[in-house]
Amino acid sequence: MLRFLLTRVTLIIPTFIGMTLLAFFLIRIVPGDPIETMAGERGIDAARHAALLKEYGLDRPVIVQYGIYIGRVLHGDLGKSMITQEPVLREFFALFPATIELAVSAIIFALVIGIPAGMIAAVRRNSIFDHGVMGASLTGYSMPIFWWGLLLILLFSVQLGWTPVSGRIDVKYYPEPVTGFLTIDALLSDDSGAFRSAISHLILPMIVLGTQPLAIIARMTRSAMLEVLGEDYIRTARAKGLSSVRVVAVHAFRNALIPVITVIGLQVGVLFTGAILTETIFSWPGVGKWLIEAINRRDYPVLQGGLLMLGVVVMFVNLLVDVTYGIINPRIRKST
Amino acid sequence: MTSETATAQVTLAAPPSPLREFWGYFSANHGAVAGLVVVIIVLSMAAFANVLAPYSPTLTNNSAFLQPPAWQAGGSWAYPLGTDAIGRDMLSRLIYGGRLTLLIGIAVVALSIVVGIALGLVAGFFRGITEIAIMRLMDIILTLPSLLLGIVIVAILGPGIMNAMLAVAVVVLPHYVRLTRAAVISETSKDYVTAARANGATRLRLMFNEVLPNCAAPLIVQASLGVSVAILDAAALGFLGLGAQPPASEWGTMLADAREFVLRAWWVVTFPGLMILITVLAFNLLGDGLRDALDPKLKR
Repeated sequence: MLRFLLTRVTLIIPTFIGMTLLAFFLIRIVPGDPIETMAGERGIDAARHAALLKEYGLDRPVIVQYGIYIGRVLHGDLGKSMITQEPVLREFFALFPATIELAVSAIIFALVIGIPAGMIAAVRRNSIFDHGVMGASLTGYSMPIFWWGLLLILLFSVQLGWTPVSGRIDVKYYPEPVTGFLTIDALLSDDSGAFRSAISHLILPMIVLGTQPLAIIARMTRSAMLEVLGEDYIRTARAKGLSSVRVVAVHAFRNALIPVITVIGLQVGVLFTGAILTETIFSWPGVGKWLIEAINRRDYPVLQGGLLMLGVVVMFVNLLVDVTYGIINPRIRKST
Repeated sequence: MTSETATAQVTLAAPPSPLREFWGYFSANHGAVAGLVVVIIVLSMAAFANVLAPYSPTLTNNSAFLQPPAWQAGGSWAYPLGTDAIGRDMLSRLIYGGRLTLLIGIAVVALSIVVGIALGLVAGFFRGITEIAIMRLMDIILTLPSLLLGIVIVAILGPGIMNAMLAVAVVVLPHYVRLTRAAVISETSKDYVTAARANGATRLRLMFNEVLPNCAAPLIVQASLGVSVAILDAAALGFLGLGAQPPASEWGTMLADAREFVLRAWWVVTFPGLMILITVLAFNLLGDGLRDALDPKLKR
């Protein structure tokens, strides 16, 4: 087990180095002089230009610049935002809980609906319910989620007036930040109004972000269940006289879960991609919206740092899924 | 007499041509056929946009800002699907928008498939350090959230339709490289390749004439599914203001323009997204059908 863990962990090192190279060189591709780009339309005098070049280390050879960059990254220094002058890492961690709250609730939403829907569809194969689930799942998978978000706003916020259009919580509430998850903080603050407000702000973004994972999870659960339901041990369990609920929910489901777990792990990248769009639509103050704003302001350090940080998070989640997988299934552990 | 029956039996026993066999499997899947029909409709709509569209997509009418669709109070049949915020005909813009959207989808897939096949072939044939370098790079691209990488590439190269296409092509590239490499590795161990090699076939000949045609099926399926991914990603970039620039009528860009009118003009928001959804759905159905028809493991 320890060897398995070590190989997995060493495998992510080249990926991490590659990611820093990508983040480092992508910014160098920016056409034109970075200092002049930073200065914008106003222009800049030669002395200040040279000073800034020196300050950012841009007068050194590229390989040295990369070395300096790596050294800083390893010390947790991702540079400063060119707009706010705040350290990029601090801004990232200030906004990341909002994105996590959104992503976690979206994946819970997708699981709570997707797994039962996929299971029932598999048990009632070729029924109207099955066709409905498969059709809905294909539609969800093909959905441009930025449009889906606008449609939901149109229906629930504009027509029905049930939910707010944007933000995380009503401005009049300010629950004490404990976990950074506003729904939990609001619950801890014992103010039911704050909790209701946080939930009503969360619900539409959660549905929007959860739609694609929901579609994929429902589809995956259905096909995994179909495969398992054809196995001999299921027939044995039925022959023993177990209730069909018990056979499906315990015997079949447990084994169908393995491919589903893999799929959930693979959704992390999809979730971050979706979070960028969802946060933009709902003005959700998370990392995705922050990055889009950084692009509009040409704030390259934020872009570079954000790309690297999100890449690292996805990398670690993938590692976690790999390791979990190795724990569940010894064959995978032995094969490496 | 006897020889005649023998010939008749032979013709009967002859297997159907590959194309006919493929169509047999494909047409049994109603969803796939529906997808194909919609794809053909959307393609012809885009091709004949100048004939079909009642107006120019950039023609503005100062007396008809945000006019609702014909069936709603205040609408008129002059603009069946209404007008946008500066009085352009929604229907015409949607029809012309199909051109750009499909062009992006197909160009992205063409670009990534060509580069992907080349890299995959090289990785699969030469193995060793070349393979490790290529596959590691692809892993890194796959690790980063796809749209995020696309956004960063466009942010650096500058917004615009060409850069958006390039960005999406880079993001989807790993799928083609991985598929080609895996197919090449499994094919090169087969007897026919050994035979060709023994006959003195050059490496290039082996790559392109012997192995590549036998890797075609998974690539065709991936290409069809890839068009829908490309359309979605490119539309998302357009929506974020990083893709096609106004006044170009691209469905994602149209949605970006429409965002601020979500509170008072549902039609400018609803129709472009609906077109994206229908087109992407059709390509997904088509891709699923192709996969089922081309994958020998799934054949009955």
